Amino acid sequence: MLSLIVFLPVIAGLVILAVPSSQKQIIRIVSLLAAVAQMVLAVMIWRAYDPSMAGITAAAGGSPEGSFQFIERLPWITLDLGSMGSMNIEYFLGVDGLSITMVILTALVSTIGVLSSWTIQKQVKGYFLLYNLLATAMMGCFVALDFFLFYVFWELMLLPMYFLIGMWGGPNREYAAIKFFLYTLFGSVFMLLVMIALYFSVLDPLTGNHTFSLVAMADQANYVKDSILGPDNTMWRYVAFIVLFVGFAIKVPMFPFHTWLPDAHVEAPTPISVILAGVLLKLGTYGMMRINFPLFPEVFQASLYVIGVLGAINIIYGAFCALAQKDLKKMVAYSSISHMGYVLLGLAAANSEGMTGALYQMFNHGTITAMLFLLVGVIYDRAHTRQIEKFGGLASYMPVYAGVVMIAWFASLGLPGLSGFISEAFVFVGAFSAEVTRPIAMVSVLGIVFGAAYLLWSLQRMFLGKRREDAAYDLEIGEDGHEHIHFHDWKGKLDLDGRELAMLVPLAVIVIFLGIYPMPIMGLMTTSINKLVQVLSPVAMATLN
Amino acid sequence: MFELPTGAEIQSIVAALKSGAGYFIPEIYLSVLFMALILVDLAVKGRKSVLLGWLTLAGLGVSMFFIHQQHAMPGGELFFGMYVLDEFAIFFKYFAVASGMLAVVVTMADRRFEIEVKGIGEYYALLVAMVIGMVMMAASEDLLMIFLSMELVGLSAYVLSGYFKRDPRSSEAALKYLIYGAVSSGLMIYGFSLIYGMTGETNILRISAELSAHGYDPLVMMLSSLLVLAGFGYKIGAVPFHFWSPDVYEGSPTPVTAYLSVASKAAGFALLIRFFYIAIPHGGSPYEDIAGMNWLLMLSVLSVASMIYGNVVAIWQKNVKRLLAYSSIAHAGYLLLGLLVMDQIGTQAILFYLLSYLLMNYGAFYVVVLIANRTGSENLDDYRGLGRKMPLAGAALTVFLISLVGLPPTVGFIGKLFIFSALLSKGSLFVGLALVGILTSVISLYYYMLIPLNMFLRESEEPGDRSLNPGMLANVLMSILMVLTIWFGLFFEPLSQFARYSSAMFGLTLY
Repeated sequence: MLSLIVFLPVIAGLVILAVPSSQKQIIRIVSLLAAVAQMVLAVMIWRAYDPSMAGITAAAGGSPEGSFQFIERLPWITLDLGSMGSMNIEYFLGVDGLSITMVILTALVSTIGVLSSWTIQKQVKGYFLLYNLLATAMMGCFVALDFFLFYVFWELMLLPMYFLIGMWGGPNREYAAIKFFLYTLFGSVFMLLVMIALYFSVLDPLTGNHTFSLVAMADQANYVKDSILGPDNTMWRYVAFIVLFVGFAIKVPMFPFHTWLPDAHVEAPTPISVILAGVLLKLGTYGMMRINFPLFPEVFQASLYVIGVLGAINIIYGAFCALAQKDLKKMVAYSSISHMGYVLLGLAAANSEGMTGALYQMFNHGTITAMLFLLVGVIYDRAHTRQIEKFGGLASYMPVYAGVVMIAWFASLGLPGLSGFISEAFVFVGAFSAEVTRPIAMVSVLGIVFGAAYLLWSLQRMFLGKRREDAAYDLEIGEDGHEHIHFHDWKGKLDLDGRELAMLVPLAVIVIFLGIYPMPIMGLMTTSINKLVQVLSPVAMATLN
Repeated sequence: MFELPTGAEIQSIVAALKSGAGYFIPEIYLSVLFMALILVDLAVKGRKSVLLGWLTLAGLGVSMFFIHQQHAMPGGELFFGMYVLDEFAIFFKYFAVASGMLAVVVTMADRRFEIEVKGIGEYYALLVAMVIGMVMMAASEDLLMIFLSMELVGLSAYVLSGYFKRDPRSSEAALKYLIYGAVSSGLMIYGFSLIYGMTGETNILRISAELSAHGYDPLVMMLSSLLVLAGFGYKIGAVPFHFWSPDVYEGSPTPVTAYLSVASKAAGFALLIRFFYIAIPHGGSPYEDIAGMNWLLMLSVLSVASMIYGNVVAIWQKNVKRLLAYSSIAHAGYLLLGLLVMDQIGTQAILFYLLSYLLMNYGAFYVVVLIANRTGSENLDDYRGLGRKMPLAGAALTVFLISLVGLPPTVGFIGKLFIFSALLSKGSLFVGLALVGILTSVISLYYYMLIPLNMFLRESEEPGDRSLNPGMLANVLMSILMVLTIWFGLFFEPLSQFARYSSAMFGLTLY
């Protein structure tokens, strides 16, 4: 089941390979079918998922059965290393509350992304090949429970992303693509060293061999006493934690490692921006929750304050930067940085409320930002500019568009009744109730204010009022006496067309529904989050020693 | 007074030669092939050179069979300790022959040979001579044999690198290679003579026994080891013995470049490993200062310098072959990392890395040749927009380059994984070196990606959308190499078991 959901896009890619590149429509439809099938599978997994099973670590006795679900575990590579025992790499997939949320999000955003890619005209075959490879890699990351497998998927994302930005991107795409590639590779190569060091430090309790299994690594009892990352080797454990944290933080992206993101977003085509903001950024925080924190809980406890402060910087710095932007897409990109800061803040709270808020915020940010980028894409397709100052009074000419924009914008600024509010509220409840993060939370609340400022300001300038003199469109008086606007070389429908609605309406429905009744998603994660909090708590560590 | 051997002594020498010859069949066979190629060339003079290519390919292929038979033979010394048969040597015999075969394949694809030279007969013969030399390098156990086999490789390589007589770059390459080769051979043989003077032995096993039994003068030992290292360092192309490689790589015919960068480096490592693991006496721990010097520090310096220099200087290269030359210096640095671990995992990592390097580097050079056939250029700027004209070649080259960077899911990633695993299996001792390796491989991403960047992200300045299909056979070969690069990146068990099996050396006490 999980293998299928992971490798469906690659299968679609192989089919596409056989289709001649002139058959653009077939290529698109094959990709869409794969994405929809992925979506269906995700829903089936969601329905069959038992939220009472915790995940995170193995069940009593050391077996992941009874803790994780939909487990697929096959020996992949077994190498005899003589005195070092044997090297075991497993094909090990499974989901718990953390990953199932992200699996649903990934399937959803991938499908939306395919729809949004319909307008790509250049080298369609190559585009969808890379897109499908990317979709597989993302999904694989979220369900892999073997560090080696996770790493392979993690790195596999980079190359397609590089080409997708670099070949189908904007004018400055070469720079943006290589910057993205270098930054993220820089983060992940260090992860490779930590992965190897962890391998030599951890024994699988069931087989007695060294293992790459993340489930085994999450249990501190499995660490070898005198190994490099063993319980007594405090210095190297700190180093490993920091290295992993930086690796994941680059993906989040966390200040001061964020500078690749605005460049990548501005240059990337709309669907790739959607994927990037909707799924890829979550891999950073998912990696922290799955790998970074549970493997080094005592270091995590020691660095709560730092993580919290970094989160607060992200929130406020991102909001300030967003305020200063003239390019709408850049503003949305910085708002992503700001919103991922809430995730970090929630994690730093290290309690159930904060962690739940963080994970829920990851899901909501995925859906909301996907909407934001799609909406930016809609106006960019028509006007070929994203400068906020080139618009004005759009609400009266494109009412449907303006309506969807309202939903997305207000969800993003955390209006009650929309999903963003609930996750941010949870984050703040968590942050205020934890001793360490309380002062940080007080400062971070300012971020909401600035967030409201840039969102409302852009809304007002673009949609309210009247057309400006130097606007990107012409005003016409129609035969019926009403005013119409006209974009220069836009042949399609002025307001949202069917395909755009098909992408935006489901997302809007989800955003509203989860704002009123969050349990379908939140219910999945509760047990796992509680387990994670327990694993990370100082109490758990005390009992271990 | 010089005494003539008695009849009985001659009898025993003949008997030893006879018994040794049974273990020497691949080398004998390859020598016969070498002569046969010259004769065939004389017979078919003026006719198609393709025949010779296929003949060489088939001939080398058959030698694989003879090498394979050696697995069943008992390992040990041959010809009075001149030569040795062990799994380690067999590995490099396979390696030399396989890279020879790939070089033939690349040669047959390269159109420049048709343009530049009239006859190609002695080219293939010399290539086989080079293969013989490398086969013997891997199995030499005596300083004299080491020198002889290295010279056999060197002499063939000097001629081959200058094979395009009318191209001044090619002639320059040959001359540079010759001068550097002569100097480093001279240094090495001087080192050998010092060792012989200290121990009175040329067999490396007995040198080791002699040194640990009777001690040595640290200064002389250090000097001689450094001199020997200069000779080996030249073969593997590590900093600071690398100065020849960019010019030679750029100027030589591309198949020769590929062969030098892969097989020559591998044979150099075979010697380096055998010499330092066996000839130098190791005390209780391999990391102690041995023979009066800190080996670990010295090898680390070589390795770090190679990784940093190769990767950083490659950034500014405009010629793809030159770029790959600098990257090959960097790869020598990564391989040295495996050497200084000085245990079986390290050796295994080196052997695996060499196998992966064989695959990806030949792949890259093959595509470079195919592109040069169509565009007549190896300059980075002329790669613009080629991704659209040669999509398969572009994709294949990207895979090979990604593998050279060391990203999954390619075989190059597994090679790096093994090297770093070997380093980290020693706890925190080598973390610093691993960090340098990791950081420089990030740098390498930048310049390797310049090639796909030009191919895919930039448009060609020349108009026209005509596709430059390199031909059916080339496409198939390219796809095979590309699929293998990915396949062994996902299922590397057979390769690494082979590498482990081959890490057994005759007379080794280190692990």
